[in-house]
Amino acid sequence: MHIMEGFLPHPWWEIWFALSLPVVAFGVYKMNLMIKENRETLPLLAVAGAFVFVLSSLKLPSVTGSCSHPTGTGMGAIIFGPWITSVLAVIVLVYQAIFLAHGGLTTLGANTFSMGIAGPLVGYLVYKAASRAGLHLYLAVFLAATLADWATYLVTSIQLALAFPAASGGVPVSFEAFAAVFAITQVPLAIVEGAVTALMFKYIVQLRSDVLLRMNVVSQKAIKRLQEAVA
Amino acid sequence: MKKEFGMKLELITLGVIVLFIAAFAYVSGSQNHEWGGADGQAEGVISDLTGGTYTPWFQSIYQPPSGEIESLLFALQAAIGSLIIGYFLGYYRALARAKAAATVPEQKGDA
Repeated sequence: MHIMEGFLPHPWWEIWFALSLPVVAFGVYKMNLMIKENRETLPLLAVAGAFVFVLSSLKLPSVTGSCSHPTGTGMGAIIFGPWITSVLAVIVLVYQAIFLAHGGLTTLGANTFSMGIAGPLVGYLVYKAASRAGLHLYLAVFLAATLADWATYLVTSIQLALAFPAASGGVPVSFEAFAAVFAITQVPLAIVEGAVTALMFKYIVQLRSDVLLRMNVVSQKAIKRLQEAVA
Repeated sequence: MKKEFGMKLELITLGVIVLFIAAFAYVSGSQNHEWGGADGQAEGVISDLTGGTYTPWFQSIYQPPSGEIESLLFALQAAIGSLIIGYFLGYYRALARAKAAATVPEQKGDA
């Protein structure tokens, strides 16, 4: 989903910066507030950030014969919400833009919007809806992480389509062209990401369900259900 | 009385990964592909849509000088992440064990 350095023309790179900057700024504010109020969230924050680090470094081959990478943002979105997750994504995107020539500083706004804001927002909403609907906790996590990953790549396709409308047919035609590259390639990767995120979430629930309960990420009922299922 | 949650999710995840590898093995064995990055392919689409007229207006400030160095930096990224995850999960696990030992100092079983 990285839009390469210099590949977004004026005015699009400015627009995505303008949309992303306030979100990340508010995310930094919320993050500081959360840590100050509740120090025990700090290790979980580190784990969620590290999870983005690991998953977004893995370029996996897909059925389309090309490689792409998961985003790892679903975990952060579920535990901390999209505001704070946008900050975690920015850290990774800056690392990759500076040291790896993946993505870029001029396209940082657009890439932050797709990976750090749109994807996590989708993941967060899916998790909330799935939990409310009474789905099994790990299934809710799986769906949230899978769709967060996939939404990120759809948004990248939209961003590129808006910046490069086809000469005949305009934005919809070029969206189809970009989605052909990103969307199908991403389906198997998104499913793997969903499964791995659910597993990681399981370990966090096992070890620190008390913190997750206090943060209102999981309900007492859902934890009870998990324990009963094994007992 | 350990609060274990079973191994079902581990098995499902393993199954998903095995399927993923099988799909790769099948495609890789039956078709010819370059396995290039999707990000790079998007560049090709841009070139098609603009008739090759678009030139990026800004260059990366640093390019890893070779594929080896690029994979070194990617591996470093993964290593840093794994280190942090492993550290805190291990810390939590030991903490939980220490707490359990402190609250139930002498249960049955000690002679």
